[in-house]
Amino acid sequence: MSGAVYWAVSDTWTVVRRGLLHYRRQPSNIAWQLGFPVVSVLLFVYVFGSGMAMEDYKSYAMPGMFAMTMAFGFMNTAMLVTLDKDKGITDRFRSMPMSPMAVVGGRGVSDLIGAALDLAVMAAIALAIGWRSSGGFAATIAAFGLLLLLRFALIWVGVVLGLMVPNQEAAGNLFAVAFPFGMVSSVFTPPSEMPTWLGAIAQWNPVSSTANAVRDLFGNPVPQDGPWIQENAMMMAVVWPIVITVVFLPLAVRKYQRLSA
Amino acid sequence: MKATETAVLAEGLQKRYGEKRVLDGFDLAVPYGTVYGLLGPNGAGKTTAVRILTTLVRLDGGSARVGGFDVATEAGKVRRKIGLAGQYAAVDEILTGRQNLEMFGRLFHLGAKRARQRAQELLEQFELTEAADKGAKTYSGGMRRRLDLASSMILAPDVLFMDEPTTGLDPRSRGEVWESVRGLVAQGTTVLLTTQYLDEADKLADRIAVIEHGRTIADDTPAALKNRIGGDRIEVVVADAAQIPDAVKAVDRVAGVEPDIDLEALKVQAPVTDRVAALTEVARTLQDDGVVVEDIALRRPTLDDVFLRLTGRKAEDEEEVAA
Repeated sequence: MSGAVYWAVSDTWTVVRRGLLHYRRQPSNIAWQLGFPVVSVLLFVYVFGSGMAMEDYKSYAMPGMFAMTMAFGFMNTAMLVTLDKDKGITDRFRSMPMSPMAVVGGRGVSDLIGAALDLAVMAAIALAIGWRSSGGFAATIAAFGLLLLLRFALIWVGVVLGLMVPNQEAAGNLFAVAFPFGMVSSVFTPPSEMPTWLGAIAQWNPVSSTANAVRDLFGNPVPQDGPWIQENAMMMAVVWPIVITVVFLPLAVRKYQRLSA
Repeated sequence: MKATETAVLAEGLQKRYGEKRVLDGFDLAVPYGTVYGLLGPNGAGKTTAVRILTTLVRLDGGSARVGGFDVATEAGKVRRKIGLAGQYAAVDEILTGRQNLEMFGRLFHLGAKRARQRAQELLEQFELTEAADKGAKTYSGGMRRRLDLASSMILAPDVLFMDEPTTGLDPRSRGEVWESVRGLVAQGTTVLLTTQYLDEADKLADRIAVIEHGRTIADDTPAALKNRIGGDRIEVVVADAAQIPDAVKAVDRVAGVEPDIDLEALKVQAPVTDRVAALTEVARTLQDDGVVVEDIALRRPTLDDVFLRLTGRKAEDEEEVAA
């Protein structure tokens, strides 16, 4: 059994290494990947932010934008999974005596590394335009931990969707799902200022819980006087990702093993 | 053990996708050390059969053993015995040829050092050393297939499955892939290859199984199969349907067998043995009889001829099931 664990870890590392080699062989892809968060920050803070009534909108929106980038991350996962499936790489992996956990696990670790890179660049931009965390070192680290936790949970959603969609074009169309998922939340506006029904959806969106929890940890403005779900954002920022992982991780592994069965 | 056991043994394989029976009682027995060609039109079930035998797809009925292990209950052991070269050269296009082979070597649990050595050996064997450190996406079609083949050969598998190894390749690249396959066979690898091309099966395989509607309809040596089809064929296309009987008479006299007639295409064809003599003879007879000929040609038998002979129908591409 310990042999199986050893190979699961070793194979996962081999697959992660493949992801890192991709970065090294295509450095321009890093620029594209990081371009999105950079552009979003500048766009939302300066273009939309100037129309917002809220004072210190930057401090409100920045943690939200961190959370949104993590939320959109499942798109990357889904597209890479679909690409491998289309190209036959997934079939080759499945026909080999490697650990069946490793393909899914390797994808997860590679994507987390990419997400950490995204966050680092976003934080640097945020600092450069005047955003600050006043929450202290431990709280700041905890906040970034919560952001990566959300990304981690959504990896498995991305794997499941990536294996479900028929081709790469369809994977691209997942943006129609990602966009409202990221936006109908407390990311840019407090849900209390939305129409009641939309506000309720936004409150219960896991992205809102993470956004509000990290606002709190960063010492940035947090939406006030909300329902239970908003008041317990810190707890829910942990509970949501766990629930999502518990549902989607086994589904992802199962879907991978039964692919086209 | 090897001498007595069969490399691939499939009995009564069943596979359904929804209402469609893709495999319907498919049988196959491939002895060790042979090259077996699985010949059939698109959608006949070739790819599904390979996917079941390589543990990628679960079967609905029947049983299959590969390398002595059951594909359903001992998938892990089967995977250590096989190599798979797919229809869509399954290599990582961003990585270099060497990086691909090293990655697959590690995933076959060779360890980092041995994986590096093995990559170098395979690059040499498949004549990819010059392009070894270039990205696989810059490779030509033939080079990519060879890299794919090399990736399938990491463990020098007992049984190599090749799903349409030359589909979409230009003639030169096809030749390169054929060369590589012959090399592997010389080293004792058992090969099961699927193809839509009769000449490919003929050139490479010791034995050919013809598959239609998910079932094996013939299983023979290429020579025997060609005997049943009748080798090279002469084909006469007449200008006027009224002259078909004359053309039939002429071809019949020279070929000595009753020709096949395609009324729609105004075509009369029959197998011949002495190619050139037959051509001149038929041409002269037609001229003497005053038959106006649109076209007259010799050609090698195709998959269509095989099916025409074996089933009385033309090979029809069935709708490919997304597998």
